[in-house]
Amino acid sequence: MQEAACKPGNRDLRDRGPGLRIAVIRTPGSNCDQDALHTLRDVFGVDADYVWHRESSLSDFEGVVIPGGFTYGDYLRGGAIASLSPIVAEVKRFADEGRPVIGICNGFQILTESGILPGALVRNEGRRFLCRDVYLKPVNVESFWTRNLSGPLAIPIAHNEGRYIADDGTLDQLEAENRVAFVYCEADGSITPESAPNGSSRGIAGILNEGGNVLGMMPHPERASSEILGEIGGRAILERLAG
Amino acid sequence: MSRYRVLVTLKPALLDSAGRAVNDALHSLGFAGVKDVRIGKLVEIEMAEGGRAQVEEMCKKLLANPVIETYEIEDPA
Repeated sequence: MQEAACKPGNRDLRDRGPGLRIAVIRTPGSNCDQDALHTLRDVFGVDADYVWHRESSLSDFEGVVIPGGFTYGDYLRGGAIASLSPIVAEVKRFADEGRPVIGICNGFQILTESGILPGALVRNEGRRFLCRDVYLKPVNVESFWTRNLSGPLAIPIAHNEGRYIADDGTLDQLEAENRVAFVYCEADGSITPESAPNGSSRGIAGILNEGGNVLGMMPHPERASSEILGEIGGRAILERLAG
Repeated sequence: MSRYRVLVTLKPALLDSAGRAVNDALHSLGFAGVKDVRIGKLVEIEMAEGGRAQVEEMCKKLLANPVIETYEIEDPA
């Protein structure tokens, strides 16, 4: 990535950005869409644009970010109604082609509700909305999203339903196929039974699909990608889209 | 016109955080006999046409998430 492309507001470079052309999906109730677009455009100089959930084509794009929020007010279940949007059917097709897709927080919930990723996200064990920094240990370090990552990565979470749940067979399979992207850990990288703040099964914070091109994660890398925000633990993840 | 009621509940093996909070609140009100509380959802569906088979399909496609929930359909009275 060119150094100049990192500077905020450098529109000339942004318009012919060095990375992939990225769609940031917007659904009623998305609230991290602007953070995601800002990070892609202004921090990484990536060519990125919003795509409304009613759209049904991603033919102009090479990667997808499904940002966090409370789509449809989390009615029924987080991400349940948004998972029926026309664009999500297209994201599924897009993902099947092996293209990069990341779902963050509510975006992760949309990926599980749509069946693009297995399992479900349920209410935090401790009954509290958790809004604080956590540390992540990268487990898979071979996929598009996680190649060569080293931890622990300090990234914030902000969720009420972030406890990852799946049956034992699915959890075993995720581990056997090296599809656990991140587990929660302590600041020194060690893992204790208390490391997962939300009670996630096997401490899971993020998982990959079979191809490793789809990543769902509860922590917010877009909130930890530029120095001015205080931490850059998420930078190496979204930076993949900068090519 | 027929009104179906669908009860969606978390699978018994899953911790129900909301249920536990209500359980504790009932204890604090003095209902010492309360052993456990589970909270689910009641969905009432008024159908102009179509029947139980469609409601079943709705449950599978949207109303319940089979990973974490089970559902029961009550037929119209």
